[in-house]
Amino acid sequence: MNFWNDPLKVAAEWLEGIFTGWGLDAVFAHVLVVFLGVLLLITVLMVLDIFLVWIERKIVARFQDRIGPNRVGPYGLIQPFADIIKLIIKEDTTPDGADKVVYNLAPILSMMSVLILWAIVPIAPVMLGVDLNVGVLFMIAAGAIGTLSIIMAGWSSNNKFALIGGFRQVAMMVAFEIPMLTMLLIPTIFAGSMNMNAIIQGQGSLWYFVLSPLGALIFLIAIIAELGRAPFDLAEGESELVAGFNTEYSGMKFGMFYAGELLHAMTFGGIWGILFFGGYRFFGLEQVSPFLAIAIFLFKALVGYWVIMWVKYTMMRIRIDQMLTFNWMFLTPLSFVLLMVTAFMNALLAGTPTWVYGIGMFLSNVVVGWIAMELVRSYSRREREKIEGPKKVAEAHH
Amino acid sequence: MNEWIYVALFMIVGAIIPIGAIAAGFIFGPKKPNPIKQSTYECGIEPVGDVWVQFKAQYYIFALVFLVFDVEAVFLFPWAVKLGQLGMYAVVEGIIFISILIVGLVYTWRKGMLEWS
Amino acid sequence: MTPEQIIFLIVAGATLVSGLMVVSTRNLVHAALWLVATLFGVAAMYAILNAGFIAVVQVVVYVGAIAILFIFAVMLTRRDMRDSGPQHNKNWWAGAFVSVLTFGGLVALFQSWAGFSKTAAVIPSGFDAVGLLGSQLTSPEAYVLPFEVASVLLLAAMVGAVYVAFTRK
Repeated sequence: MNFWNDPLKVAAEWLEGIFTGWGLDAVFAHVLVVFLGVLLLITVLMVLDIFLVWIERKIVARFQDRIGPNRVGPYGLIQPFADIIKLIIKEDTTPDGADKVVYNLAPILSMMSVLILWAIVPIAPVMLGVDLNVGVLFMIAAGAIGTLSIIMAGWSSNNKFALIGGFRQVAMMVAFEIPMLTMLLIPTIFAGSMNMNAIIQGQGSLWYFVLSPLGALIFLIAIIAELGRAPFDLAEGESELVAGFNTEYSGMKFGMFYAGELLHAMTFGGIWGILFFGGYRFFGLEQVSPFLAIAIFLFKALVGYWVIMWVKYTMMRIRIDQMLTFNWMFLTPLSFVLLMVTAFMNALLAGTPTWVYGIGMFLSNVVVGWIAMELVRSYSRREREKIEGPKKVAEAHH
Repeated sequence: MNEWIYVALFMIVGAIIPIGAIAAGFIFGPKKPNPIKQSTYECGIEPVGDVWVQFKAQYYIFALVFLVFDVEAVFLFPWAVKLGQLGMYAVVEGIIFISILIVGLVYTWRKGMLEWS
Repeated sequence: MTPEQIIFLIVAGATLVSGLMVVSTRNLVHAALWLVATLFGVAAMYAILNAGFIAVVQVVVYVGAIAILFIFAVMLTRRDMRDSGPQHNKNWWAGAFVSVLTFGGLVALFQSWAGFSKTAAVIPSGFDAVGLLGSQLTSPEAYVLPFEVASVLLLAAMVGAVYVAFTRK
């Protein structure tokens, strides 16, 4: 029964008992057990990552009216393993004039920046890597390492496409980090804490998605840009830049970038679920068993991942000037206005019953979103008139 | 016990796994380099000129504007944590703080530095 | 030695070595990357001191923004990443003298300071450093004016950068 309620603690105590029985120091035994726990979590993640390849390929195929991998194993389930074997036995080429150390370090850092995100992700009420009280900012710090790995890969490859792709990707990542940071402030305001677990506990009565639907939407756009996925995949636009910053990478080094991107997408789906959809909470079901909580969290993470894929395979790629205009002239001011409105409404509605608070917050978001859309609409009408002349637009309305 | 030890463990394991994967590729993959294979990829033609082409200086402006807002957000996080308990005056302080920076954004915008040219 | 001291020595050594590499490497991008390692070492130092917020801010601002700015600046202004000039000028001995003097002076000063040999007080459990910072930053009796002035300072930095870039066109 105890194992059913808190499996990790039971397992950890059992292992610690064994280790101290061998005559190891208690503190050292504890660190060793935590190390094994981290190793287990990351191994499970890597196995999950292998299946994400299959999930992604199957779903793309459905979006494009194909069947997808279906030859190797039932429903093509063995396909990703075949891919891995292929990647391992590929020759690992290093281009002439590449900066060897930086070139080899970049894929490692890229994968690491994704894996350390899981240090702060609570997968169940009793399962959490580190209960950091700066959890939300830790996510941005991990992203900083990812940004660095991309510029390292782009620069060290000694390839024009890689360098241009790296520059574009980094310019985009830093640009969309502003709306992302601002939207991270909104759950922080609601929960009164930057701790991921506290943010989940704060969503007991209402998901933050209800309190801030616009915030959740802006955050989703920002994470898609951070991932460099369509419509923001201009850094690796195949038709112009080959593969962007990882053009020169082959074999398992390319595999690390690829697997890192997929796992990153799912991780961000999970973080989106934590910040705005209650994480592992689902009408008290998470209290029944940690295993059920993990299933709920995984389900929300995969739904988030599916939304990111849905956007990726529906939208067309935008140009770099459109991306920068969209971010700096629309998303950034909008997110600041939303932050100010949220802070103001939060103080104004403090102490009111939950339903008044929820409706007030929701409506303020709707109003901000509506005003922003009206501004964009009038701007695009003016732009159209500049090109087509005022007459044509008037005709088009009839 | 310092909780950052666990973060360090995550970083160590997070580095070991990709190193292991890349090492596996290094061990099992063939190693037959030749000058053509090692040349940088440029759509199948011989690489032309130097890689270190000069880039648009505008990337730098974007990085600078980003830096300013990054520091701003860092200031706002402690503010956001305590906002629920502090009441309206703290909200007004935060709004003033953000508004001053929006002035900077508007200035950059009016000067046309945010437009990709 | 306690495990904490061993970790501190490793981190401090790595930080110092990376700092030395920043000034001694000939490749400018390598110098910028070594600078990242140095800044990361400082962040680790904050983490050892249990100042989690400062550690994360160090990574977010310095590694995530300032290092990117440096790398952009290096890549945008230089065509040749290798500096072929001499490593040091004729005043190197004066620089070495001043730094040794500063280091010696600091050590001598700290020896006579009682706080140097004190052990840090244990942080009470549930101590909310970030929350305390937040209420101090917004309290009218404490640091609300510096908080707002910081915003003006950031505005000045942004306007200045844009102005410089604009007039050059």
